[in-house]
Amino acid sequence: MWDYLKLVVFGLVAVFAAYAASQARDVAYLVHAILVMLIGGGMFVYSLRRIGEPKAEKTGYLDAPIRIGVALTAFWGAVGFLVGTFIAFQLAFPSLNFGWAEGYLNFGRVRPLHTSAVIFAFGGTALITSSFYVVQRTSGARLWNDGLAWFVFWGYQIVIVLAATGYLLGSTQSKEYAEPEWYTDLWMTIVWVGYLLLFLGTLMKRKEPHIYVANWFYLSFIVTIAMLHVANNLSIPVSIFGSKSVQVFSGVQDAMVQWWYGHNAVGFLLTAGFLGMMYYFVPKQAERPVFSYKLSIIHFWALIFLYIWAGPHHLHYTALPDWASTLGMVFSVVLWMPSWGGMINGLMTLSGAWDKLRTDPIIRMMVISIGFYGMSTFEGPMMSIRAVNSLSHYTDWTIGHVHSGALGWNGMITFGMLYFLTPKLWGRARLYSNTLVSWHFWLATIGIVLYAASMWVTGIMEGLMWREVDAQGFLVNSFADTVAAKFPMYVVRGMGGVLFLSGALIMCYNLWMTVKRSPAAEAGTDAQAAPAE
Amino acid sequence: MDTYSILRQFADSWVLLAMFLFFLGVCAWAFRPGTRETHDNIANIPFRHEDKPAGDGELPRAQH
Repeated sequence: MWDYLKLVVFGLVAVFAAYAASQARDVAYLVHAILVMLIGGGMFVYSLRRIGEPKAEKTGYLDAPIRIGVALTAFWGAVGFLVGTFIAFQLAFPSLNFGWAEGYLNFGRVRPLHTSAVIFAFGGTALITSSFYVVQRTSGARLWNDGLAWFVFWGYQIVIVLAATGYLLGSTQSKEYAEPEWYTDLWMTIVWVGYLLLFLGTLMKRKEPHIYVANWFYLSFIVTIAMLHVANNLSIPVSIFGSKSVQVFSGVQDAMVQWWYGHNAVGFLLTAGFLGMMYYFVPKQAERPVFSYKLSIIHFWALIFLYIWAGPHHLHYTALPDWASTLGMVFSVVLWMPSWGGMINGLMTLSGAWDKLRTDPIIRMMVISIGFYGMSTFEGPMMSIRAVNSLSHYTDWTIGHVHSGALGWNGMITFGMLYFLTPKLWGRARLYSNTLVSWHFWLATIGIVLYAASMWVTGIMEGLMWREVDAQGFLVNSFADTVAAKFPMYVVRGMGGVLFLSGALIMCYNLWMTVKRSPAAEAGTDAQAAPAE
Repeated sequence: MDTYSILRQFADSWVLLAMFLFFLGVCAWAFRPGTRETHDNIANIPFRHEDKPAGDGELPRAQH
């Protein structure tokens, strides 16, 4: 019955998309309608050919989407870093905004492609993949529903493809990190509700009496992203056959909702979700339980209670009321405490096993990621203070801050996760090469240092140049003066990107060779399920 | 008073207090005496069921 219903749904989707394509009012909508038509039609044929086939047995953990997720995370990472490096050089050398590609590959079109590719494609896929893995292992239960798991997994990839193609073709609602237009937002909402149900359903059928802390972090990430996504994307389409929509909020309310969303995307996607990763993979790789479970409980509640208020620090000296931006500033500064509590908890998990830093490049990667987490969660609260913000806002210091968090914390912990998961999921005894992991580690670390250092220099320089006045009170520098002065730092930043990208490519090679060449794990080694108690 | 001012006043008085008390409650709960064993047990969850789901009844439910 369900099989036939699926056929009907896929068929209807394909037919409606074909009609929508014929009515399309803009290029982005046309391309998207054709894409949806192809996906719907493809799924129709695929389902039709499989009707009546015996269902695969549902035993053990559902690892197939996790394997694809590991591969896709590595792939999206490489794509996102490549695009980022390209736009870094576009800023240094404007002639890279090619005339023949004007309107498609110029900085304004490619920049959202980069941010979404790294945050939502690389980071989001890493989170969905790792949460599928972690929730099963820490619940001792298979994912709640196989079909729903596949739907969530591929549904999210469709969001990525729609968003990415939309940016290049000019479909955007001009909200930073929330650029996709209304139909992509609606689809994302459906996928996300499925994700929430899947995660909750798996927790409900868990065999462990307690919910491990990593799952708390993943759950808060899923719930909060649902709330933020819906509130920030309240818009009314101009036509059902066009990609343009109009926001429901306007003016300062819209700005506040946007940065409430924007900062909590940092707080709950890039922080809470990845902390879930940290609380599982760091103890696993160090082979010892987390330093203090009590501290992890405090960490969780303090983090989610504080982060949600920090958004207004993006709107100092704007039409936003002072009380609101002061509130954001105060909460951002207080947030320093749980952040460092979590950092200490992660680092101290290695106490008594620090020697592993010398022998195990994967643990080294995880430790430096926690180090970058601590560094950027110190820098962030400092930059949110109004007086500091008056210097740093609109400068490249902000960009440097974001990247020390994103490349250092999110990137490195994800690399560690991929290195941990690949041998496990493909039944390999070990990685293909630990030397290559070390290469990746150093290339990425030096890349981040070049990136962050050049952006500190250029950001503070630019901020000081903007505010410099002469004895008569006239501004000394024009905007173009600051742009010219930034050139050397832009080149250094681009070089940092090249190093980080080459590290990621080495990782892709290493993971590929692990699957192809590494010796298989012995059957006996996985019998460590029950530790002596 | 208009709705905004009422909600605003309510939010920065009673709701703030309630949330702060809830948070203190969580801290007190985490540090309540006699939880060391429970927390050690939970902290070791990642080291069980690595390769296959728990079978029914095989689990060390609160055994130490």
